[in-house]
Amino acid sequence: MENIRYEYPAARPVARRAHVGVVGSGDLEVLLSPSGTQHAEVVIRTSVDGYGHVWKSVLDRFFSRYDGAAKIELNDFGATPGVVMLRLAEAVEASEPGNAQGDRR
Amino acid sequence: MSAHDVFIARHSFIELTARERARALLDPGTFRELLGPFDRLESPWLAMQNVVCQSDDGVVIARGALGGEPAVIAAIEPAFQGGSIGEVSGTKIAAALELAAREFDAGRTIRPVILFETGGVRLQEANLGLAVIAEIHAAIVALRRHVPVVGVIGGMVGCFGGMSLAAALCTELVMTRQARLGMNGPEVIEEEAGIGELDSGDRRLIWSMIGGEERVAVGLADTLVEDDTGEVRDAVLAAFGRGVPASHRSEQVERQLERLARVNPDAIDPESLRALWQGDAR
Repeated sequence: MENIRYEYPAARPVARRAHVGVVGSGDLEVLLSPSGTQHAEVVIRTSVDGYGHVWKSVLDRFFSRYDGAAKIELNDFGATPGVVMLRLAEAVEASEPGNAQGDRR
Repeated sequence: MSAHDVFIARHSFIELTARERARALLDPGTFRELLGPFDRLESPWLAMQNVVCQSDDGVVIARGALGGEPAVIAAIEPAFQGGSIGEVSGTKIAAALELAAREFDAGRTIRPVILFETGGVRLQEANLGLAVIAEIHAAIVALRRHVPVVGVIGGMVGCFGGMSLAAALCTELVMTRQARLGMNGPEVIEEEAGIGELDSGDRRLIWSMIGGEERVAVGLADTLVEDDTGEVRDAVLAAFGRGVPASHRSEQVERQLERLARVNPDAIDPESLRALWQGDAR
């Protein structure tokens, strides 16, 4: 198991938190919540060691289009980059205002 | 409708996550999760053993309404660690059932449902998991005096180990064809006793012995449903509609001993067991 942390710049606050996915084989869980700072923070716990460079590439691409000041926690059980991107997109969609699937608490 | 239309009209229960299953069974719009992912009540033991945690430890506790009555659902997530019961996930189930019993002490009612999907105790948490499974057993027995405790085994993990005892203690059990119920899983039996005893790769054999259809046919489970969310919900509501029975299956010790006495261990297979036991399901 490996713990990885990244920070990215952000331009706007996040409306509300969202939770998607499960820590199942080839999948991951995403917890997205307002970071309370001017930045986005990504905290990864992954079952697969030695793939920091791949995570960096995936997140660089994700944050080239996402500017929310979110804390994003990823609990990963060997998801491929494609699955990671899908789950991140799903979490962002659920955290945007007007989406019934978001977590309003 | 043609077979194709019937299939397309189905809304799979098995393919849902634990959270989606609970939401799908409750009356629309009533789902409210207790101790959800953002409460971060995760296992303190898995990370020490280099295993990635899940923020709800693989159990979803949901309050809501079922058929207009207050309800609590404890749903086990099959994809996380095989639905295994650890200290935290098991305590969530036991506490939900204990709180449900307190509702009756306070003169209120609540409908408890357990969505089983588990290989049993989480081996990384050993005795702590076993201890809390015993608490789940005690909580079911205490609660079922007041209200039916309804269990659903969805599939594809099934329900094994100490949690198969929890399932057996439920007032009624709903199973799909894909679900399995047994004390030891087929892989464990093959590993312990050899492939001559049981070939765990023989899926037809395994399901014919411990699959939902056989378990319902011999009276160890009550309702067989297709893998359809609507059918599961209807079966759960029907079970609550029947109310608390005069005696629970697990209390009928003499009857079960008599059933066992009819079995010849040297000549037993799924078909002959059905012939022996079919018809005397309660």
